[in-house]
Amino acid sequence: MKLFAYSKQNELQGAVADTASARTAQQGADIRYIAGGTTLIDLMKLNVETPDKLVDITGLPLDKIETTSDGGLCIGAMVRNSDLASHPYVQSHYPVLSQAILSGASAQLRNKATTGGNLLQKTRCVYYRDTAFACNKREPGSGCAAIDGDHRNLAILGTSEHCIASNPSDMNVALMALEAQIVIEGKDGKRIVPIADFYTLPGDTPHIETVLVPGDLITHVIVQGLAPGARSLYLKLRDRASYEFAVSSAAVIVEMHGDTINDARFAMGGIGTKPWRVAEAEQIIKGKRGGADGQATFKAAAARLLQGARPLKENSFKVELAKRCLVHALTTVSS
Amino acid sequence: MPAKNIEHRIIGKATDRIDGPLKVTGQAKYTSDRHLPGMLYAVPVGATIANGTIQSIDDREARALPGVLGIYHRGNIGQIYRVPPDKGFDFKTDEARPPFEDDTVRYYGQFVAVAVAETLEAATDAASRVKVQYQAQTPNVKGRFFEENPKLKVESERGNATEAFTNATAAHKIEQIYSSPAQFHSAIELHGTVADYDGRQLTVYETTQAIGTHRNVIAAMLGLDVQNVKVISKFLGSGFGGKLWPWTHSVLACTLARDLGRPIKLVNTRKAVFHTSGHRPEIEQRIRLSATPQGHLTSIQHDYINHAAMLDKYVETCGEATKYFYSCPNVKISSAVAKRNVGSPTSMRGPGAVPGLFATESALDELAIKLGMDPVQLRIINEPQKDEGLDIPFASRHLLECYKTGAQKFGWDKRNPKVGSMRNNDGLILGWGTAGAGWIAERIPAQASVELGHDGSIKVLCGTQDIGTGTYTILAQIAAEELKVPLDRIEVKLGDTTLPPGPLSGGSMVTGSVIPAVQQAAQTAAKLVLSAAATAPNSPYNGVDEKELDFKDGMVHRKSEDAKAGVPFDQLLKTCKYKVITGKGQSAGTFGGGKPKESRHSYGAHFVEVTWQPETARLRINRVVTVIDAGKILNPKAGRNQIEGSIVMGMGMALFEGGRYESRLGAPINSNFADYVMAVHLDVPDLDVTFLEFANTDLNAYGARGIGEIGLAGFAAATCNAVYHATGVRVRDLPIRIEDLLTSQV
Ligand SMILES: Cc1cc2nc3c(=O)[nH]c(=O)nc-3n(C[C@H](O)[C@H](O)[C@H](O)COP(=O)(O)OP(=O)(O)OC[C@H]3O[C@@H](n4cnc5c(N)ncnc54)[C@H](O)[C@@H]3O)c2cc1C
Repeated sequence: MKLFAYSKQNELQGAVADTASARTAQQGADIRYIAGGTTLIDLMKLNVETPDKLVDITGLPLDKIETTSDGGLCIGAMVRNSDLASHPYVQSHYPVLSQAILSGASAQLRNKATTGGNLLQKTRCVYYRDTAFACNKREPGSGCAAIDGDHRNLAILGTSEHCIASNPSDMNVALMALEAQIVIEGKDGKRIVPIADFYTLPGDTPHIETVLVPGDLITHVIVQGLAPGARSLYLKLRDRASYEFAVSSAAVIVEMHGDTINDARFAMGGIGTKPWRVAEAEQIIKGKRGGADGQATFKAAAARLLQGARPLKENSFKVELAKRCLVHALTTVSS
Repeated sequence: MPAKNIEHRIIGKATDRIDGPLKVTGQAKYTSDRHLPGMLYAVPVGATIANGTIQSIDDREARALPGVLGIYHRGNIGQIYRVPPDKGFDFKTDEARPPFEDDTVRYYGQFVAVAVAETLEAATDAASRVKVQYQAQTPNVKGRFFEENPKLKVESERGNATEAFTNATAAHKIEQIYSSPAQFHSAIELHGTVADYDGRQLTVYETTQAIGTHRNVIAAMLGLDVQNVKVISKFLGSGFGGKLWPWTHSVLACTLARDLGRPIKLVNTRKAVFHTSGHRPEIEQRIRLSATPQGHLTSIQHDYINHAAMLDKYVETCGEATKYFYSCPNVKISSAVAKRNVGSPTSMRGPGAVPGLFATESALDELAIKLGMDPVQLRIINEPQKDEGLDIPFASRHLLECYKTGAQKFGWDKRNPKVGSMRNNDGLILGWGTAGAGWIAERIPAQASVELGHDGSIKVLCGTQDIGTGTYTILAQIAAEELKVPLDRIEVKLGDTTLPPGPLSGGSMVTGSVIPAVQQAAQTAAKLVLSAAATAPNSPYNGVDEKELDFKDGMVHRKSEDAKAGVPFDQLLKTCKYKVITGKGQSAGTFGGGKPKESRHSYGAHFVEVTWQPETARLRINRVVTVIDAGKILNPKAGRNQIEGSIVMGMGMALFEGGRYESRLGAPINSNFADYVMAVHLDVPDLDVTFLEFANTDLNAYGARGIGEIGLAGFAAATCNAVYHATGVRVRDLPIRIEDLLTSQV
């Protein structure tokens, strides 16, 4: 526990200026934005994050959900997870996003959590969250206790010998399938980063998780409009029925022509160091039959998505589970 | 005594908790709600190794922080004595070593120092800045105890089980090992102490299920006269056994209060609760069963090993129910403990029988499958006529009625025994399983008094405690019943060692134990009032024969008249110049006193339906029917709540819960509510609970027995049995996990 300064910013530029002098925007940042606080305060209590200064951004005018000209969405970074999930347009046009959010955390947490904060929620790796243990993400160079330890819930894709932490978010899996664009206001103005480029792989710098640099403020998330009649769903598998992170999850979107899948996009959660999407896997099912007839192609797609998986002792079951998860989600959505 | 059902006015009626309004309005004061003037905060420092020695403790930075009074450790903590040896419950601790006794660390999180400061924040900060250097050794937190071939101690034996098993044909016997991981009580209310010493008297506000034991242990460890120690536990945010015996946090808080002369508050963090406040141990059990081709059991061998702390010897008596549960000529039960670098295990809801019945009732299901028999039928033909373990009659046993009622409600006769053969309307595969439950029914000594005051108050006083189960309400019900007054006239005082000594809240024994004492106290108080009425000079009934008077609805009246025609007792007391009239009651214990004349237990049967969706490897409990034979239920509302709560806990035991000790570090690594997975609301289907109320008046006049633990016994086995029926996967290592079920061919 340590003392920190707190200020509240109601103006975009002011917020950016307040954090621009931070040493880093990644693990261990000395200045941090605080939104819902459901990730950050937790980690501060555990001494895993120890900022000197918090800039409260909940007063910023970024709490609107607007439809864009192509029928898509522009979601303010301060929009609460509950509001986003229950928005009528989201429910009717993007069931995958609504379902993903509602499958996560608890009602109380979703009421606090924001769109921007959710994008940046931290791994649930027990070694990361406990300063008594070695963790390259928390303390670069200290080692990874998880690889030979308790890693049932950790990643099998995108891992390195330095880190196997999984990205635990549900919302981000849906956003990955939706090819969301992240709008960032930074020291040098505004830029837009596709979500596929937003998260970085751990490699030998697991403490760096995104492309954000000091000052960067996520202001919006833009989701393009889906073709009329597009179907989507989110399937989350876990031990208990609610209030648990995914062991494996799938966000799937398809456009059907009769029984044929015209277009498909999907991403998976609970298995990767970031929300996992493989374009080649999607190619496999495009133009093929859906529903019960699609089993063979869905299995092939799942195998392709999981290609290169590096399962460890305790999480090897995720390979099979993830396959079933994707096949079932694709079968259901295309039936 | 034969079963008989007596008509009662308040006993047996679904009754709201009398302390409910206090709780929902936040007025009920739990231990950590106590704020005393001048109070200091203590925050312990837990070891970050599980095995080794402390080399040095550098507390300079911590001590220099503003508001910090001191950092206490082995070098400067005041005198702490050992607890005298004791076979009973009076001085029981599961961690007997006084805190900071030596420089050896034997489990992860063991307290090695404690910071004391003016605020919780300063103390927390200081604790985090204490730098401890360790000489660490590899901890041993390994499971798979049978692989080490430990020497087993025979706990109970009849006939020759080994021979019978060896001689049985392979088709009619099974041998399997079942394991269950450490399970943590982790009650919502964290373990904590507020201790206040005035130079003579130590007052301890404590999260305890046994104020008397706590007082004795603290007095002994602090070297104080037991008369000068008072323990208060007014409300408990549940205990489940985790708060039965004193833990090191309390010893430290009391020692610091004694030595610093200011009140101390010490509340464990959630993590510290996982580390230092007990758990059900990791257990391995080997079951060998043999039977005749018709299914009659010819032998039962039950061997069990639980892990225990390095210095303590907690034994999980898994064979407790095995002795009496079935008819079988050859039974051998033996046990061992495996010393590990873990904090001491302790009793957890249904200690012994709960893990024991998980193994034996799973094994019985496996035997039924092997013999091609219906599992209920197998139980019916092995129903004993007496307790064959002790060779005494059963006081009251209605296990087969439980099965019969349960099977009927569940629709068991529609079960197709073929694995994976049943489906529901949603196309999900169904699995149906059943298992039996058993738990002791005993009494421990209890005293109580009932005070009738001239201000019209009616108080029941008893030094037991309400651990969240509804004890306040039960005592009010008993007094109201006996005094023939409405429930809301009664005030109940519990949770204070200055009250007449009452039972500890363990073994589901409080209700059965307090009934005779409170009955007697109430009846005596009423009698004394009548005798005062008949003899006091100012009494309107002066000179009337006491036998012609009655006490009803708070009125003293002639039996020949209606109660309304009488005099309110408070008015009578005032007129006769009595401030208060007290009736006392007392009852002896039945527990632990050698071989009983009759075998007293409660019973139950669970029927569980699971759904299985192979496409997603998703398993859920879909339906539960539980029938309980636990005698007269005094408050069906609280009673149902106990059984339902047990079932939910059983779902956790079967499907989710498991403390994981990090193999290299020895730390319970999932020591928080996000990582220690238990059932949540969405996991819990409708629970159909039925009580068969065979009132056996052996233990008390109402024929009531305890119901706090029985509902958990057997539930995990019923679930495993249902899971096998759905998936064809027999899980013998709890909890049942997705990875186990992925191997299903269904
Ligand atoms: C017990 C528990 C269970 C949970 N279960 C799930 C689950 O099942 N599935 C799931 O998906 N999630 C789950 N969560 C995570 C939850 O969704 C996240 O904590 C939440 O979305 C974070 O949002 P926030 O606004 O509270 O973030 P904060 O804690 O306020 O911020 C998180 C991080 O993002 C930064 N940040 C916030 N906003 C911005 C911005 N606009 N620009 C730049 N940086 C910003 C902060 O500086 C901080 O570093 C769970 C959380 C808890 C505590």
